[in-house]
Amino acid sequence: MADTTLDAPGTEADEAAFAADRTQANTLGDAARAYVGRIRGGDMGALPALMGLVVLFIVFGIANDRFLSALNMANLITQAGAIMVLAMGLIMVLLLGDIDLSAGVTGGVAACFMGVLLVKHGQPWFVAVLAALAIGAVIGLVMGVLVAKLGIPSFVVTLAFFLGLQGVPLWLIGEGGSVRVDQEVISGITKSNVPVTAGWIAAGVIIMLVAALSLLSHRTKVSKGLQHQPIAVVYAQIVVLAAVLLGVTYILSVNRAPNAGFVIKGIPYVLPLVVALLIFWTFVLTRTSFGRHVYAVGGNPEAARRAGINVDRIRISVFMIASSMAALSGVIAASNLGKVSTSSGGGNTLLYAVGAAVIGGTSLFGGKGKARDAVIGGLVIATIANGLGLLNQASYINFIVTGGVLLLAASVDAISRRRRSASGLG
Amino acid sequence: MSTAPILEMRGINKSFGVAHVLHDVDLAVYPGQVTALVGDNGAGKSTLVKTVAGIYSIDTGEYRFEDQIVSVHGPKDASALGVEVVYQDLALCDNLDIVQNMFLGRESKRGPVLDETTMETKAREVLASLSVRTVKSVRQSVSSLSGGQRQTVAIAKAALWNSKVVLLDEPTAALGVAQTRQVLDLVRRLADSGVGVVLISHNLTDVFEVADRITALYLGRVAADVATKDVTSQQVVELITTGQAAGVDTGKAAAHG
Repeated sequence: MADTTLDAPGTEADEAAFAADRTQANTLGDAARAYVGRIRGGDMGALPALMGLVVLFIVFGIANDRFLSALNMANLITQAGAIMVLAMGLIMVLLLGDIDLSAGVTGGVAACFMGVLLVKHGQPWFVAVLAALAIGAVIGLVMGVLVAKLGIPSFVVTLAFFLGLQGVPLWLIGEGGSVRVDQEVISGITKSNVPVTAGWIAAGVIIMLVAALSLLSHRTKVSKGLQHQPIAVVYAQIVVLAAVLLGVTYILSVNRAPNAGFVIKGIPYVLPLVVALLIFWTFVLTRTSFGRHVYAVGGNPEAARRAGINVDRIRISVFMIASSMAALSGVIAASNLGKVSTSSGGGNTLLYAVGAAVIGGTSLFGGKGKARDAVIGGLVIATIANGLGLLNQASYINFIVTGGVLLLAASVDAISRRRRSASGLG
Repeated sequence: MSTAPILEMRGINKSFGVAHVLHDVDLAVYPGQVTALVGDNGAGKSTLVKTVAGIYSIDTGEYRFEDQIVSVHGPKDASALGVEVVYQDLALCDNLDIVQNMFLGRESKRGPVLDETTMETKAREVLASLSVRTVKSVRQSVSSLSGGQRQTVAIAKAALWNSKVVLLDEPTAALGVAQTRQVLDLVRRLADSGVGVVLISHNLTDVFEVADRITALYLGRVAADVATKDVTSQQVVELITTGQAAGVDTGKAAAHG
């Protein structure tokens, strides 16, 4: 008798009730309400950055009629490229709750080596770029070992490298010197454009791939009874992505030459490079155990250690990734400027990248952030620099505004963190 | 009631420098039973748990698992045997969701890619088999859970790996009445599924509610190893505070003493 009570349908129904999660949003309305709830709880993600971007575009668009021109949009993208790549590497370090203050200078040093190899030693471009990346990786390895094994705070280690590494370009190319970078491939990163047809085809292929993959994964989740978003949200995401990609491709496909008789059109090569890096790092962070472990170490290093994760190895590899990405960013910056100088990667390069990451939604407290934050935040930072430049403002205003935006983003991060812990959201 | 112990520690000695913390300690864990490990602060409970978990090595004594002498030199050896420990300070990552926490460090993969489908399905199965219905979604982040729910996730994480022995360090220490209720029910269900459970607790009400056997430690020695139904709460208090109690057979301690 007791056995039959245990196996009564009521019990089974209850277990089934667990299997179909109660918070699972099945209609668009539910999904919208869940999203509003998350934002109220302080989990704002990229929303502040996107709103800021809209405001900036409206303000600069009204203030200067050249701002929204196709030529300036292409400029904006090439200016943002180096910031985005630097920030993407930096996000990995920020996810652990560490900081890499030397990233900008590391990029400068790597670019100097590249320039010297290209110009003084006549090496082919890929040797020079690989050498730059290797130098970045070695710098990251040394810093990572110092932080992970000796336990020196990353702030101090990377500050020391920030100061020390500034001497390397002076030693390499001499006081006040500079090296011209006019190698075809490297300067082509920012100065050449993808043929218009190829650009349209690439945009179409990416949209179709993303649509196929997300619909397929949605179907698997539904058929296996796993937690999933309503299908309308999946469609909406695909439509938004398609609109952004096609819109950008369209703007960059019209002739933007300022003078008649010239034709400049097509997507600058730096954009596909950033998109490829974005897809790659998003994949690493969300779909591999390495990425999962990076989040775990950032969230609770002790829990990660007890789960058998080699915390030191994760920390060292993250510093190596950040410095290698910094080196790549240095190469892009050199391509854009057409030269490498002793001040490459100095000044506010690093603060731009930290600002980009934080504005995009990455937390300075560790454990929260996405690769796409670098792209959205980098666009905001580049828009400020670009727009103020067009308005012919004195450069002091640029510094003050950028600093203010960084402070604002950090405040949003701190406040939303407090709200998250109060409302129990992650 | 039950057959042979699944895990047995025999004559364990452990010293830290001059401090001799464990003296000839015996501990037996039976499948399907809850063995409560009680003792005052400094009696050696935590040290014993950490030797079982492989965090501390044994000076002398036998670590027997399924009737074989095994050598355990680290936490990985212990978890390879099927021995899992749920520590008091939980060791969950707040920024990850329940599934991600349960599989942390042992993710299922298809090639280099995480197999989220398998992980989510397995996590659901384990939670359902333990009749956990208090969590709303297996994809909610751990920071949104209450203390009892976190403890539930930590215990379910230990149960996920077909564990044979699960050690719980003060699982109800920081919980309210209702949540303690949930966790104790979970402990009972875990044992009923055939797992050997060791419950370390200061709370004798909890111990008498779920434990089948009680092992009392006093100053690093086993004061008594008795079936719960054979002793009263008063006697266990005496065992904890003085190492002996009227009417309790402390033969083990005497034999080694």
